[in-house]
Amino acid sequence: MRADLLAESVDGLDEALAAVDAFDEALATGLLRPQPAQAAGLAQLAGALAGSPLHANVAEAAAKAAEGAAGEDHLLALAAARTALLGSVHDALAARAAEATGRPAAEPPAADAGTGPAVNVLAAARSWLADLARCGWRGIDHDVVSGAAPVVSAMLPDPALRRLAALLDGFADELAASCPGSALESVPARRWADLWSRGMLLTLPGAAGAPAAGTATGRLLPLGVDLHEHATAVQAQVHAVFEPADGAAPLLVRASVSAPKPETIVGAGLWQLLRPHMSLLTAVSEGRAMDVTGMPLTAEGDLVWDDARARPGESADAFSTARVALPTAADPATAPLDRHPARIAVPVFLEGYAAAQAETGLTFTVAGTALPVDTDRVPLAGPLTPEAVAKSAACIGLLRWDAGTFRVQPLAVETAVRKKPVALHAGAWAGGTADKAGVKAEKAATDAAGVLRERAGRLLRK
Amino acid sequence: MSDLVPDGQRSSTARVVAPASPRKLAKVPFVELADGRLQGVVSSGSDIARVYVSSVAAGTFAYTCSTNNNRPCGGAYGGFCNHIRALIGEAVLQYGAGRVARYMRVEPVEADSPAQSVIAPMAQTRPVPGDKSAAASVFSRFLRQLAYLEMAPTTAPLPEMQWFPPTRAVA
Repeated sequence: MRADLLAESVDGLDEALAAVDAFDEALATGLLRPQPAQAAGLAQLAGALAGSPLHANVAEAAAKAAEGAAGEDHLLALAAARTALLGSVHDALAARAAEATGRPAAEPPAADAGTGPAVNVLAAARSWLADLARCGWRGIDHDVVSGAAPVVSAMLPDPALRRLAALLDGFADELAASCPGSALESVPARRWADLWSRGMLLTLPGAAGAPAAGTATGRLLPLGVDLHEHATAVQAQVHAVFEPADGAAPLLVRASVSAPKPETIVGAGLWQLLRPHMSLLTAVSEGRAMDVTGMPLTAEGDLVWDDARARPGESADAFSTARVALPTAADPATAPLDRHPARIAVPVFLEGYAAAQAETGLTFTVAGTALPVDTDRVPLAGPLTPEAVAKSAACIGLLRWDAGTFRVQPLAVETAVRKKPVALHAGAWAGGTADKAGVKAEKAATDAAGVLRERAGRLLRK
Repeated sequence: MSDLVPDGQRSSTARVVAPASPRKLAKVPFVELADGRLQGVVSSGSDIARVYVSSVAAGTFAYTCSTNNNRPCGGAYGGFCNHIRALIGEAVLQYGAGRVARYMRVEPVEADSPAQSVIAPMAQTRPVPGDKSAAASVFSRFLRQLAYLEMAPTTAPLPEMQWFPPTRAVA
């Protein structure tokens, strides 16, 4: 991997992010009664879109917002402008990552707006987000934040609305924990503006994307599991190399499974919740490939998993996959609306690096360039630890970008335990485990879930 | 984790709230810091079908405790009853004493302090019973979380979850 490219600056990046930051600062203070500094921030965002087809709408929206008179359509235009700007940042960073890995890129999908019903609950979500924008992060209180609860409750039963529901639920939980906004020492301005703008766009019918266009038949070689969680939702995403049965070029794909959850289901309980719904998790824990037949596959490389279309294959070592199959697999393109730096998660294989503990955290020095390693993303319910990562000789990871730098999130490492080489996987417990610590964690999680199910059975349908 | 990392303002994926620490749920199946209160549900020690809905307000420490059928708790007069003490204790296990103290607006304590370090300063102010109307909403929030267990999982990808990475930091 050309790690040196990852440390080099990207043309235009700072300028684009400066416009984003200017808008984010305006949003932090709220758009109810904007001050001149906020008007300037809004104008800076609009200015950054000059020459684009969005410019006229955004300029009008920025002007209205600067007068404290922005309607929901204006706020939507501002969210779209910010999303477009970060989309361009995504494209530049993704191109840089592709240069560094040297892998081929898959054909980008034709821009295809999805369609969806314009349900009332989307309008309710937009109205809550508009209230937030008027308050600003420094103006939030329990009253405004609690407005999300009925919206989320109405959305959750419909899996088609799960994207927005999971986003709003996690967002509202964070805001509730940060109330009152006036007492906040610092505001995660970019993060909350990200969540706000994504939420706004997802209230447009069809924005959550088109259904899977193709199907996949062939062999799936897992690389590792990436876990996502907030208080009331969890998602596991398996990254894998897909080898089509028809001999076409191999492709990097993801398979996801997610579920809403009570806050107290954590650790091994997350795997227990997801495990019954995707046999691939078991295959990952057993170190197996899977054979899929007619599995729905989106243009962005997401398999929409269906256990009925998959069966366990022969054993497949993730490190062999990473060494042999990964270098020639094509990276899928990202859906237009999903283009955002936080979405970048590029599978990489690293070896022959020097691991060092710097003041800011662990780094792997690859061909003379120190790459930060994000060990905090390694889930607690698994055998992989930051200590093992620091002593590792080879690593399967996801290349990510946040707060100005590329970093590597370890999914698995090869390391020596009592002088014997072993592979440790972050998602090793996804499908179950015989590991002593794992069994204990599973038992505690089973008990917790048991209590909640018993309480639900007794109290929920009365 | 409201202490954000130094570049937290420019990060998309810095965790703002640490995940709940695992704890045994049998006695207190639900506790949360929400709506300006530490609130939750405590299982009755004698009747398996009965639960107590208890809460303590941040700042004033005004407390309430009643059954889910709105009968007042016999212990909750003149101070915190055992249900409320158990509730605060489990909140400390789930969120850490530091976050509970911050939310309740008592003197800051270390994250790993014992529950008593949060309970004692509240109890010493001789708090008075608060507005009982909160109980219904606390109970419905508990039922809402229980209902989450019954929502169908999905294998359609949720790209938005990329903003919610796990963290090894514990409450």
